Amino acid sequence: MAERFFKKEVQQLYLGDGREFRGEGILAVTKALLQSGISYVAGYQGAPISHLMDVLTDANDILMELGVHFEHSASEATAAATLAASVNYPLRGAVTFKSTVGTNVASDALANLASGGVTGGALIIVGEDYGEGSSIMQERSHAFAMKSQIWLLDPRPNLPSIVQAVEQGFALSEASNSPVMLELRIRACHVHGRFTAKDNIRPKFTLKDAMENPVRDASRVVLPPGSFLHEHEKIQKRWPAAVKYIRENQLNEFFAENAQDFGIILQGGMYNTTIRALELLGLSNAFGETDVPLYVLNVTYPLIDEEVVRFCSGKRAVLIIEEGQPDFIEQNLNSILRKAGETAKIHGKDVLPMAGEYTAAAITKGILKFVEQVAPAMINHPHLPTVVKPLATGPSDPLPIVQSQVQPRPPSFCTGCPERPIFTALKLVEKEIGPHHVASDIGCHLFSILPPFNLGAHTMGYGLGWASAAAFNTPETSKRTISFMGDGGFWHNGLTSGVGNAVFNQTDSVLVVVDNSYTAATGGQDILSSKASNPIRTTRLSIADAVRGVGVKWVKTISRTYDVDAVREVFREALTTKEKGPKVIVAQSECALNEQRRLKPLVKKQLDEGQRVVRERFGVDPETCTGDHSCIRLSGCPSLTIQPNPDPLRKDPVATVVDSCIGCGVCGEVAHAARLCPSFFRADIVSNPSAWDRFKARIRNGLIAIMQRRIHRRLAQITG
Amino acid sequence: MATTLSHPETAPAYTAPRAITIAILAMGGEGGGVLADWIVDLAENSGYLAQTTSVPGVAQRTGSTIYYVELFPADAAAKAGKDPVLALMPVPGEVDIVIASELMEAGRAITRGLVTPDRTTFIASTNRVYSMTEKIAMGDGRVDAESFVRAGKAAASKFIYQDFSRIAEESRSVISATLFGALAGSGRLPFHRGQFELAIRSSGISVESSLKAFNAGLEAATQAETSPAAAPQAESLSAPAPGRALQSLAAEISRNFPAASHAVLLAAIQRLADYQDVAYASEFLKKLEPILLLETQRQKTSGDNDSRVLTETARYLALWMSYEDAIRVADLKIRRTRFDRVQSDVRMKPGQLLQIREFLHPRVEEFADIMPAGLGAWMLRTQWTRNLINRLNRKGKVLQTTSLSGFLQLYLVAGLRRWRKGSLRFRRETARMDRWLAIIRELIPADYAFAAEVAESPRLVKGYGDTYALGSRNFDLLMGAVPELRKRENPATALKRLRDAAWSDDTGKALDDAILEFKP
Repeated sequence: MAERFFKKEVQQLYLGDGREFRGEGILAVTKALLQSGISYVAGYQGAPISHLMDVLTDANDILMELGVHFEHSASEATAAATLAASVNYPLRGAVTFKSTVGTNVASDALANLASGGVTGGALIIVGEDYGEGSSIMQERSHAFAMKSQIWLLDPRPNLPSIVQAVEQGFALSEASNSPVMLELRIRACHVHGRFTAKDNIRPKFTLKDAMENPVRDASRVVLPPGSFLHEHEKIQKRWPAAVKYIRENQLNEFFAENAQDFGIILQGGMYNTTIRALELLGLSNAFGETDVPLYVLNVTYPLIDEEVVRFCSGKRAVLIIEEGQPDFIEQNLNSILRKAGETAKIHGKDVLPMAGEYTAAAITKGILKFVEQVAPAMINHPHLPTVVKPLATGPSDPLPIVQSQVQPRPPSFCTGCPERPIFTALKLVEKEIGPHHVASDIGCHLFSILPPFNLGAHTMGYGLGWASAAAFNTPETSKRTISFMGDGGFWHNGLTSGVGNAVFNQTDSVLVVVDNSYTAATGGQDILSSKASNPIRTTRLSIADAVRGVGVKWVKTISRTYDVDAVREVFREALTTKEKGPKVIVAQSECALNEQRRLKPLVKKQLDEGQRVVRERFGVDPETCTGDHSCIRLSGCPSLTIQPNPDPLRKDPVATVVDSCIGCGVCGEVAHAARLCPSFFRADIVSNPSAWDRFKARIRNGLIAIMQRRIHRRLAQITG
Repeated sequence: MATTLSHPETAPAYTAPRAITIAILAMGGEGGGVLADWIVDLAENSGYLAQTTSVPGVAQRTGSTIYYVELFPADAAAKAGKDPVLALMPVPGEVDIVIASELMEAGRAITRGLVTPDRTTFIASTNRVYSMTEKIAMGDGRVDAESFVRAGKAAASKFIYQDFSRIAEESRSVISATLFGALAGSGRLPFHRGQFELAIRSSGISVESSLKAFNAGLEAATQAETSPAAAPQAESLSAPAPGRALQSLAAEISRNFPAASHAVLLAAIQRLADYQDVAYASEFLKKLEPILLLETQRQKTSGDNDSRVLTETARYLALWMSYEDAIRVADLKIRRTRFDRVQSDVRMKPGQLLQIREFLHPRVEEFADIMPAGLGAWMLRTQWTRNLINRLNRKGKVLQTTSLSGFLQLYLVAGLRRWRKGSLRFRRETARMDRWLAIIRELIPADYAFAAEVAESPRLVKGYGDTYALGSRNFDLLMGAVPELRKRENPATALKRLRDAAWSDDTGKALDDAILEFKP
């Protein structure tokens, strides 16, 4: 069950020829796949293409009607390997994942696929997680395309261009027998726009046809001598075929090609920002009618030498706007022009930043620098936009003060997150037996590296938590390392790369598998161990059983992570027991976001029907809280925050629980386990109480009120 | 290609028509996406083309997120026969409307250069969602919220600020609805109120409460500039008036003590009479008399009328004398006023019932603290009593104060107040505060600034259990360093530095390192 539902939106996938589609970029890609007559689609979730997987899940009925098979792949490697269906058969297929991390995982299969080549169109849709909002290392998918000879599409970020790129991508793949990669940046994935739909196509040749009439071609298998032949075939046949297709179908675009004796070459994905920059500099209007010649690379690999020469010849200088590094395209352009004997000077990373996202500010400044060098008369200096003007700072400028007051607000565990108490317990146990080396993994649990927990020394990739502690395996100490892994990472590869590896190499360390029933960080998709039943997937399998199955003897399951005391107890035992060997703690509780999404409508229904419902939430008594905030340092829950001290004598703010509290219980457990403070209370609010509830309350409240009156008689003398 | 651009030398940089640009800064899960979707819906149904995008990703987990919307008049596009090229991210200096759902996020918008005086209508909610850094401080780590408001006024063309979060809560709705109302109220978009309301209605989710919040937000935005309540509330230091039993002490205060200390002293005597009895409040004033005398003498000789040592000593003495023992905690937990406060905090509705459960887990020390001094000391000394109590008390206790038995247990513990003055902790705290007072007395004539720092030092001692133990240890280390500090230059600054070190690290190590310098 994913975080976002697209049930309503996916109805647009039925739109026929000529109808207008309105929606998110990712939904448009799905529609484009159906318009292209695909037979299968697979992928692994992760921002920014999680929504694509969610859309496909919600669209499964439509996919079935069109004979399209959809899989939630076990990993990106699985997804990429799925494209093998297009090797021998004229089947169109697409896979999707987050890049570059997913592409890293997929690269073995991708390299094999690209070596033998394809018969049916094979499209790899990568969500390029680069720049603002990214959660991964800053690298380029471009390198993968180059090394395996996969054509790379980087369309202009508007829906018609993206849809066209999908359709053309399949055709290009088939024309050149090569897989094609479609790169979509974060904002393009989430952009809301429109395009004119076409009818969906049911493939003529289906999976059924292929399975009932199997064919093979040994020359497509990556084994000598085939592998050597593939390399030559790539250069001699597939590359020229691709170039021919790209040229003939004009996948790249020229605007105002001969308007000036200079110009700009840009990645398609940079188009909108570039036009805005030109508009601000007075060199284009809002409709992209530009004064500066543009050559837009909707295909960024391969470059089309003839087009490059055609655009550059007769120009003094050309700017290449290429985001990220290394500057593959810039180097390639220089090589092409040099070989062709062209004299146009190439500018790029000399006026634009070498590293980092190409924001509107960066591109505007870069273009300004370039035009000032090649055609200064075109710059209208008195009317330059604010973004390129030097900051005018005066004594009254508020900026420096504000800058010192604005603090970073990184993501963190949600309200009621079941992962939080695991780290609280670890912090508490470390107070007793000292710090340990903690290996982190990819997933929400990685937020442990940030305040208030400050736990975790490195992360080496999804599911690689335990693997990354492999070296710390020596009989010279009795101290153990602790590694984390999410249930998502566990099924992705951690079961073999971490658990199997630890068993085989006889490690003596501890793994915590955070089992929250979903791949929570990517938006709550189901996996093998999800608790929910899923009509199109097999779920409810046990992580503990899987771990035992590969030979771990010491396995403990915590079925409620909110029990801080119990978690601490298990940590203590795992870290101090005399028993040698790999130890696995499976820490289970459902992701609070998903749990709330599941429970909220149920509770609302019960309330509407007049049923008795108890809502629990925590609170802090401001009179007894002394404003030390240790509770926050052991929790970090968004609901547990601070407020001005109501006591006129005290200066420090007190802790408080805001109404978003879902009563997960951690505050109380922490107060108990850490013997923190008596200020926490739990309020149980009973809606639609029974007659017995009301009767009991009347008696109690009556007697308590008598005693309270005595107390307040005394207090009335003190405060007027 | 035919271009319609005029010559750049004579044209303004920005050629009309152009897009209306809107940036929304919010935190993950706050509904920034809902707000952006409403704006798109509003625009598309009102003759505009709309594009929105965002970079939510992992920031959806409570981190800072930005949504960006561009609107373009459809008729202009039709006239040009082309679709406009809309940007996917804001350009600093080119944003017409910036909406921030929280005050520090408003500050972030300013630091990102999105708010500029030539064009930006800036709508900000003044509520604070404290950052982790602010929350985990051992003292007061809050940033200067007022600076964001000052900066907003300076940075924007029009600044609309209100606590839109509170307004949303009052309408039982979410902040996206009040901010949408504020956007309507700003008058910056070429759409009328009915068109805004239609966008909410057509979304079909919680329509009634959203509309209510929308209207409230709209109203607040149109009066924002004149409303004094819009700025974040400054904390006020005022205690209620003292009651009948404290009239003579109150009179003594106004007769003998300088006016600057009155607020603190009036709060202090009420606190102490509440904590113990009126006689105890009177003891407090007695303990202060020598400090008052020294302060008066100093004022005479130096000619300044600063009385901050007296005031701060009074503040921390009163807090110290009303240390939080089990008796005090029980006493505060059973009051009717507390029950009432919890009811309002959890927003009880008529017909609902409330149960309050306390989470208590005292250590041996907390039991011994309220015992008669001899018995308490013996309990702590004797291993088997410690073990016994630990065994009986291994798990924390959850006590339902709203049940009869739970209430009675706390009521009885609160009743031990009568015997508190004979308890172990009372003896210990009294001895310690007397030593602290002696240091202040010695320092007032010698080094007033230093005395003030010493007076402020008990602020380190807080909490219960380990927190209290750490605070006490830190305080003792500071007081132990006083003789050595006196030999150095600028001891007040040095002591302040040590206190900051104590506050920077809850393991105590930072203070241990910092204090090495002052070991004799």
